Amino acid sequence: MEPKIGVYVCHCGSNIAGTVDVEQVAEYARSLPAVEIARDYKFMCSDPGQDLIKNDIREFGINRVVVASCSPQMHEPTFRHVLQESGLNPYFFEMANIREHCSWVTEDREKATEKAKALVSAAVRRVYYHQALEANEVPINPNTLIVGGGIAGIQAALEIADSEHKVYLVERDPSIGGHMIQLDKTFPTLDCSACILTPKMSLVGAHPYIELMTYSEVEEVSGFIGNFKVKIRKKARYVDEDKCNGCGVCQEKCPWTADSEFDVGLAKRKAIYTPFAQAVPNIPVIDKEHCAYFLKGKCRACEKFCERDAINFEQVDQFVEIEVGNIILTTGYKLFDPTPLTQYGYGRLDNVLTSLEFERLVNAVGPTNGKISLKDGTEPKSVAIIHCVGSRDANYHEYCSRVCCMYSMKFAHLVSEHIPEATVYEFYIDIRSAGKGFEEFYNRVLKEGTTFFRGRPGEVTNVAETPEEKGKLVVQFEDTLVGRQRRIPVDMVILSCGLEPQQDAEEVARLFSVSRSADGFFLEKHPKLDPVATMTDGVFVAGCCQSPKDIPDTVAQASAAAARVLALISKGKVEIEAATAVIDEEKCSGCRICNLLCPYSAISFVEDKKVSRVNEALCKGCGTCVAACPSSAITQKHFTAEQIMAELEGILV
Amino acid sequence: MAKLKLALYWAASCGGCDIATLAIGEKILKLAEAADIVFWPVAMDFKYSDVEKIPDKSIDACLFNGAIQNSEGEHIAQLLRAKSKILIAYGSCSYEGCIPGLANFFNRQMIFDRVYIETQSTDNPEKVYPQSKVLVPEGELEIPDFYDTVKTLAQTVDVDYFVPGCPPEEKTTWLALETLIEGKLPPKGAVISHSVKAVCDECPRIKKEKKVKKFYRPYEIIPDPEICLLEQGLLCYGPATRGGCGAPCPQANMPCTGCYGPVEGVVDQGAHFLTALASVIDSDDPTEIQRIINDIVDPAGTFYRYSLPDSLLRRARIK
Ligand SMILES: Cc1cc2nc3c(=O)[nH]c(=O)nc-3n(C[C@H](O)[C@H](O)[C@H](O)COP(=O)(O)OP(=O)(O)OC[C@H]3O[C@@H](n4cnc5c(N)ncnc54)[C@H](O)[C@@H]3O)c2cc1C
Ligand code: SF4
Ligand code: SF4
Repeated sequence: MEPKIGVYVCHCGSNIAGTVDVEQVAEYARSLPAVEIARDYKFMCSDPGQDLIKNDIREFGINRVVVASCSPQMHEPTFRHVLQESGLNPYFFEMANIREHCSWVTEDREKATEKAKALVSAAVRRVYYHQALEANEVPINPNTLIVGGGIAGIQAALEIADSEHKVYLVERDPSIGGHMIQLDKTFPTLDCSACILTPKMSLVGAHPYIELMTYSEVEEVSGFIGNFKVKIRKKARYVDEDKCNGCGVCQEKCPWTADSEFDVGLAKRKAIYTPFAQAVPNIPVIDKEHCAYFLKGKCRACEKFCERDAINFEQVDQFVEIEVGNIILTTGYKLFDPTPLTQYGYGRLDNVLTSLEFERLVNAVGPTNGKISLKDGTEPKSVAIIHCVGSRDANYHEYCSRVCCMYSMKFAHLVSEHIPEATVYEFYIDIRSAGKGFEEFYNRVLKEGTTFFRGRPGEVTNVAETPEEKGKLVVQFEDTLVGRQRRIPVDMVILSCGLEPQQDAEEVARLFSVSRSADGFFLEKHPKLDPVATMTDGVFVAGCCQSPKDIPDTVAQASAAAARVLALISKGKVEIEAATAVIDEEKCSGCRICNLLCPYSAISFVEDKKVSRVNEALCKGCGTCVAACPSSAITQKHFTAEQIMAELEGILV
Repeated sequence: MAKLKLALYWAASCGGCDIATLAIGEKILKLAEAADIVFWPVAMDFKYSDVEKIPDKSIDACLFNGAIQNSEGEHIAQLLRAKSKILIAYGSCSYEGCIPGLANFFNRQMIFDRVYIETQSTDNPEKVYPQSKVLVPEGELEIPDFYDTVKTLAQTVDVDYFVPGCPPEEKTTWLALETLIEGKLPPKGAVISHSVKAVCDECPRIKKEKKVKKFYRPYEIIPDPEICLLEQGLLCYGPATRGGCGAPCPQANMPCTGCYGPVEGVVDQGAHFLTALASVIDSDDPTEIQRIINDIVDPAGTFYRYSLPDSLLRRARIK
């Protein structure tokens, strides 16, 4: 069939037409070889825009289409669909990106127009060589892997498991719960965090469709959407999970202690421990680094007292291989460590706390049984809460951590509640209380008598300049509302630290082939329209691993990710890339250069024929092998040498 | 049947191709039966005017070796194109540019500076450079104009077939001659060789999945005679080179250097070998990778030894 190309130049309102002379580009397109028709139109993606193409296909027998508009990321599927509806193979389509690659990045109208012409010329020459392709389908394995057992992971796991599909929930700590289980009350409704979370945790622990693997980490991931193979390391607990009944006698008897991670160092735990009383699973682990037996070769008190014979010092790490169709990453965040901000004295001055430490301090089952106390055991009469520590700060994180304003005000409320006579000062840059019930909460805290100072403190010091400052912590800051330096003496300072990516976010991103945004959090597929998917099909993100957010947003995202996974499971199959690689056996010399390169292990060597072969069901069309084959024996459909060369020549004319 | 009229010519080349034509051995007698040689300056005396006098298209086939590096080569290429029914780029120089083509990493001035001024054995205080025209008492003398850029024969005139090799193996030469004698002509533009696959296909060594931690030069190791040379760290160009030669080099424990040019359908042989090689380097650590590739001495000359003028870039840009 002789190619008859239709070219459609989109104005995108003024997004393109404001910088590019679209009429001139269409005019130019008409002069290109095999172009039958070229038009420009306001919005090609609109229904009338799509109808233009459909009509031309019907009336003029257009059999190849170029749309010069935006990035194919968004609308390539739209236009491929238009071709399909008109009875053409969807692969007879090519998009020239004259918005992101041209009008948005070029100021000069003439230059932008020239560039747009070159891009159109490239697309036209390329589409000339396009071939019809058929998409392949693969089945979706209905099992799902969820990595990280904070509220995000818990929520997503329950939603999927409740629909009777198997979930593997992998958590690297001894218990699920994440940061939420460490919190006292939650803004703005002041629900007790543990009270609303522990029921969900127990459900997870007992759910017939959830296989919970705590104290475990994912080691290897291979495969693709619908068909992932995952290797998980179950770290040795030195406690037999099947035998242990969680009686806790071992923890009572263990003579050795260490700082409690759960209480962020404000209390001790034993060498054999569950992080907190309601841990799920309620099975302890032995911390080798602090266990007398592992360190000194003697003790084994836990073993002696365990009635179930559950202690096993011989245990080793175990590896479990599972197959899943989808993966949700819910690995959460890490609290910013304020030590580098030496001016605030954290770690140097007594009674300067991080926000998470305060959460534990104020918690009824925390190290002080909920008593807000100073180092010397007395109650503070005045408390300063400093916002934006590590956030909105060019030296640390440019972004706003979104929850700190709100939890800081929560703290003000909690202090007033526990110590009604105490004075509370909030040092803020801007109050960010955008959320349901948030502004109301702000007003409530204002009414409760909290003083708000606008200004980022320059220093927290214990060097007194006046008698009132003696024995106090002094917050030095510029009150930007009155425009002068001030010093406020207080008993306690809470640093409202920001949320940052997990320490190992880079490795985890690599392991699951997801990207990260400039701030280090996992990158979603589209910031507005696809916030829980990633660039890797079948891998989703939810909660604070994607960006700082509060619990309601985390839960909403987790539900969204679960819904996406359930949709795939219920469809049961997925269309996979038609643009796969094929090896021409007539040209393959059997050099085997390609054999190890495929990230999806799609290439095998056929011994008797001495040629390599691609399994098209596994091939994702990444092109790695295609570039490597020195014989050009591998062709990637839709990216043939002919097509790419034509495109290059088109751009250079 | 009337005897074939055959012409042979050399432009920028080493002379090896002319010798290679003779390497067909006693088959030369068969050739003599089937063809008359009407023009072959390396063996018989001819003048340009002799060629000019021949009527157009009266030569049946011309085996043209050598690249085009000066006005003489260009002129005679055009002349022989006009006089020949079939023009064959014979040997790597005329097919791809080959060793003379490495001149494209430089330009005329740089080459003249090197040759006429800088070399240790040159004594040229007046800095005399070759001139294309010079007046002497006897009259004006003229030598060909030296070009900045070496071109392949096909970049100069229309070419019908290509015979690969530096120089072509005897069996490849005979395949080309046989094709002519028997009149079984392949489609225009074909590369005449016994194989469309890479040298590896003819190489008997055992090939496995490839992972290379260190590259060696041939003198640095004595390779195992059974195992793929590339797997042993020798820069064997076999995977990126058209076969048909019979893989004589790897069978003599020497890595292929790529003289048969790209495999059928490959655009830019050097780039293909480069990406293939980059793919087998066994490391993810940038500093280690750097160390491994530092083992490759003269990368440009290694990857583009035979094919620079015929590559996508054709020549280096000189500022
Ligand atoms: C001081 C403070 C107070 C807050 N107060 C409130 C509040 O009042 N109200 C509110 O709505 N929000 C509040 N937040 C925000 C709240 O903590 C988060 O919104 C919520 O915890 C996010 O949950 P998550 O599951 O995404 O992440 P996390 O809670 O961080 O959970 C992540 C889980 O994944 C596990 N994990 C990490 N990496 C791996 C890995 N590689 N393999 C296996 N497991 C892994 C971790 O161990 C952890 O269990 C507060 C935050 C802070 C710092
Ligand atoms: S790299 Fe190319 S020639 Fe070598 S084995 Fe793979 S497909 Fe065959
Ligand atoms: S293009 Fe090649 S390397 Fe990439 S997935 Fe397909 S077979 Fe594997």
